[in-house]
Amino acid sequence: MRAPDGPLIVKGDVILAAENVSLGFGGVKALTDVSFDIQKGEIRAIIGPNGAGKTSMLNCINGFYHPTEGSITFKGQRRPRMRPSEAARGGIARTFQNVALFKGMTTLDNLMAGRSLKMSRGFVWQALRFGPAMREEVEHRKAVEEIIDFLEIQAIRRTPVGKLPYGLQKRVELGRALAMEPEVLLLDEPMAGMNLEEKEDMCRFILDVNQQFGTTIALIEHDMGVVMDLSDRVVVLEYGRKIADGTPAEVKRDERVIAAYLGQAHA
Amino acid sequence: MDLLYKIFVDPFVQMGAAPDLLVQTVWEGLVAGVLYSLIALGFVLIFTASGVFNFALGIMVVFAALTLVGLTEKGVPAYLALALTVGVMFVLAVAIERAVLRPLVNQPDIILFMATFGLTYFLIGLGEMIFGGSPKQMITDQLGLPRGAVDIPMLGGMVSLQKIDIAAAVIASLAVASLALFFQKTRIGRALRAVADSHKAALSVGISLNQIWIVVWFTAGIVALVTGIMWGARSEVSFALEIIALKALPVLILGGFTSVPGAIVGGLIIGIGEKLGEFYWGPLVGGGIESWLAYFIALGFLLVRPEGLFGDKLIERI
Repeated sequence: MRAPDGPLIVKGDVILAAENVSLGFGGVKALTDVSFDIQKGEIRAIIGPNGAGKTSMLNCINGFYHPTEGSITFKGQRRPRMRPSEAARGGIARTFQNVALFKGMTTLDNLMAGRSLKMSRGFVWQALRFGPAMREEVEHRKAVEEIIDFLEIQAIRRTPVGKLPYGLQKRVELGRALAMEPEVLLLDEPMAGMNLEEKEDMCRFILDVNQQFGTTIALIEHDMGVVMDLSDRVVVLEYGRKIADGTPAEVKRDERVIAAYLGQAHA
Repeated sequence: MDLLYKIFVDPFVQMGAAPDLLVQTVWEGLVAGVLYSLIALGFVLIFTASGVFNFALGIMVVFAALTLVGLTEKGVPAYLALALTVGVMFVLAVAIERAVLRPLVNQPDIILFMATFGLTYFLIGLGEMIFGGSPKQMITDQLGLPRGAVDIPMLGGMVSLQKIDIAAAVIASLAVASLALFFQKTRIGRALRAVADSHKAALSVGISLNQIWIVVWFTAGIVALVTGIMWGARSEVSFALEIIALKALPVLILGGFTSVPGAIVGGLIIGIGEKLGEFYWGPLVGGGIESWLAYFIALGFLLVRPEGLFGDKLIERI
């Protein structure tokens, strides 16, 4: 894996921190004064009821949205306005709640597109498939093949992804994010709409990515069982505010969290 | 019966009787067809990358040709003028990205389509203001393009090939081939197809939309320039050249809006079909069918294959 730019961050250090992030769309406040951090090498879950602002938070982290107030610090650099391409270049990859793949392209091409930032040879060389460009293509193809093996999607290498069942599409999307060799991987409901078997596979992949590659993972998930099993720490949002932050066990005992999920008892 | 004979039998009898004339007609259709393919690729390029049917491509052809001729009239040497025109097309691409596409990002496609209308009229006005409205001669000789014709005795007759047509066919074929390569084999081509499929996903893997748009519009500008030179050399450089954009429409219907091979094959079918139709079937209705035959062929195709020859067949779950 590529050496990270900037200061050396070891396991356990804060790699990404949101500080007092607020986000508004006109009159609607999606996030209000949210602060939390993500440590290198951990699996960090973001949970909360529907409309709590979880996806908005991910969108702020990878630059789709810019916080109206507050800032995001990534690898020691504070960036109030980061564009998605800058986030990607810095090592943030993500998947989407409703898969966003390049549907007309094959699995292989989708994963290769994930490496576009890493390919540098001029396009004249690439068009001619000659010399250094050819070597580069081969080298990246090799990296992509490793990911294909890792995710066990060899059989669908040349299938246009639009034709794949939903569970596999989600897996290809994870593969495309992995192809970027990210330092931080944002997963927006990686198990939504999956059956039990697919969920178990996905859990295994997430844990393997985290352990084998040391990739830091932030994930949004609704399946509480999954969240409690996978994550090292959990941040809980409700109506755009942070209501709890801690280990799964701590969060599970938190009264506000219980209230948010089960409804408040009106005395 | 007589009419059926004239439609379905007589033209083929004529073709058989004078094969040299047939070759001549097909050749002329081929030259026009390659140029149609080229301009259609200009459309496909922009359509796949930004989902916009770029109505302004026709005027870009005129604008590029006018800039080239206008600069030479001012005394700039031909090849320098060519390089400067390429520069102008680049500036135009950047300007379009900044002033038109960026402010309209995430708007419905129809809005962007209308914006290309606006762009068309803006370029017409700008072109007339700078270069005047009168037709100009393409600087064929200065660019080293050949003149005259070669006569080849063939099939008991004579086939006459205009040298400029040969040059046009060769250059346009080269341009078409390199565009196809660019699309299918390069990282930028892959990024381009990625952008076409999903903006959101493309952004998340670090593809910059703004950069892609500039590349795409600049490439379309180059396509326009090449088309303008070749088409202009065969007739003259005037605002009437704009009509070539409308000729690309049936090509796109035939080939599919998103398909590179479709644009190539479609262009050839339309070009050759047009010339054959005019020559062999035209006299039945008193001639002049060349101007609408292309649309007629395209209409027939729409009835059978709405997605075009090679277009993506969209299947949606409802």
